[in-house]
Amino acid sequence: MNIIVCIKRVPETADADVSIDKSGKDIEKSGLVFDLNEWDTYAIEEAILLKEKTGGTVTVISMGGEESNESLRKCLAMGADNAVRLTDPAFEGSDAFATAKVLSEAIRSIPYDLVLAGVQAEDDGYGQVGVTLAEILGVPHASLVNRLEVQDKKMKAHRELEGGLEEVVEVDLPAVLTIQTGINEPRYVSIMGIRKVAKKEIKALGASDLNLKAEEVGLSGSHLRLEKIFAPPVGEGAQMLDGKPEEIASKVFDILKDKGGLA
Amino acid sequence: MKKIIALAEHRQGEMRDITWEILSKGRQLAEGMGAEVEVALLGKGVKNLAEALKPKANRVLLVEDDRLEAFNSETYQKVLTQLITERKPALTLIGHTAMGMDIAPSLAVQLKMPLATDCIGVDVAGESFALTRQLYAGKVNAAVSFLKGGPYMITLRTGAFPVSEKEPFPGEIVSIPSPLTDEGLARRFLQYVEAAVGEVDITQADILVSVGRGIKEADNIPLVKELAELLGGALSCSRPVVDKKWLPKDRQVGTSGKTVKPKVYIAIGISGAFQHIAGMKGAGTVIAINKDPKAPIFGVAQYGVVADLFKFVPVLKEKVKELKKK
Repeated sequence: MNIIVCIKRVPETADADVSIDKSGKDIEKSGLVFDLNEWDTYAIEEAILLKEKTGGTVTVISMGGEESNESLRKCLAMGADNAVRLTDPAFEGSDAFATAKVLSEAIRSIPYDLVLAGVQAEDDGYGQVGVTLAEILGVPHASLVNRLEVQDKKMKAHRELEGGLEEVVEVDLPAVLTIQTGINEPRYVSIMGIRKVAKKEIKALGASDLNLKAEEVGLSGSHLRLEKIFAPPVGEGAQMLDGKPEEIASKVFDILKDKGGLA
Repeated sequence: MKKIIALAEHRQGEMRDITWEILSKGRQLAEGMGAEVEVALLGKGVKNLAEALKPKANRVLLVEDDRLEAFNSETYQKVLTQLITERKPALTLIGHTAMGMDIAPSLAVQLKMPLATDCIGVDVAGESFALTRQLYAGKVNAAVSFLKGGPYMITLRTGAFPVSEKEPFPGEIVSIPSPLTDEGLARRFLQYVEAAVGEVDITQADILVSVGRGIKEADNIPLVKELAELLGGALSCSRPVVDKKWLPKDRQVGTSGKTVKPKVYIAIGISGAFQHIAGMKGAGTVIAINKDPKAPIFGVAQYGVVADLFKFVPVLKEKVKELKKK
């Protein structure tokens, strides 16, 4: 089974102190650590697990500058066979739709049975690229997949719904699935592992290689433009408890007694 | 007259709350645009749901078909493509839910409509809309505009738009013939799988000690588990803890887990992604312990402690032991 996985390199912001940069259109990225988007980590792991079971190849694709090679190499170290980077100044400013368009042109030139993408990216969180890509490619899709099984020429996928409920669907191949976190346990990649794939070729393709016109990509091929970013309005906010840790702990105990009926 | 079409979301015979949220927002936008609001209801044997929707929209567009019994993006897309092409709404509103995320992007491509997903704010801006979204898991908000002309499609975040009680519409139910045929589908719905029942029902606890990504590794779980035991409460968690298999799924609070309403909810090392907050905002009192003073969880908590959990939780445990004896 030949599998293509779409990935993105993103800044890790969960534990970071985030500030707005001078342009007012993005966060200050200097000082942030970048890594493979968390959802994509599960997607690439799932692809490799499928390959180990059924054979075939895993090709990993990312749209981005040279720094994206780092994430592509991580995927190669995890067990992907080939890596492709889609890069062109014309791709700048692409929204989810334009990104899906670029990915679709690259994917068309590679024989595939299955395309996996993360449900969403940690940075812009559109949750849109995978399903958009499926429609552009003209293949069926299932999103939010947290379990999957290959059958002959089709897949059985569990979709994560709200409240712990799941929905099982059957999808004919080729198809696009978007992968939810928690579907597997992504393997650890050591520095040695990354070093082993350091020399592996990462093919770079631009707009002309993909027969894409400038007006189809980047901001001109996009539906959305980000105007500015700003700090989320703070609600009433919490009353901050301060003092020495022991004093704060006493206050917490009092609240628990008062509001939680702690005896 | 201009129209907005909202897509009703229902599952296993029950309307989903998001439907009322998008209809409330849809009505407000319609008033600003001088438009009518219609709601599309697709299903099998859903007349009762159509009746419930009637006061909330100018029109209920009811499409009934045995093949629409459960949601399937493929059948929904066929029906909605025809419905939207015929009725030409200026705006289609869908929830950013497991259903909306599965249908809106492909439907928008087929209809060649610009789509903005997961919006937390939508305002009329001339013939277009000004949108607010969140980036970096809620650390910043973004003002976003459409670059292309309409008609548009927008998906709305669950819980971001309040349900308003306005004068009911007289309403009408318009039955629309289903365009579906017996032609084979490339995607087939098989069944629902209910959540497994765990050893502890976290929805029944008066005190919940809830732990998030900040706990860093499985070996640290006992630290918070012991605190929960000392308090006679239960231990719950946010999604990353379940994704990493440090606690079972039945302990998860949030959109894809459980909705809890304890008297006191202690969020430890949980930053407060909206999916988590959606599951615990009904708690009586929320105490948040986090080392990041800007963590969104402090926006919903009544009490906040800015501290390293590995330093503070042991102190809290000792204090609870000491004061409980008194």
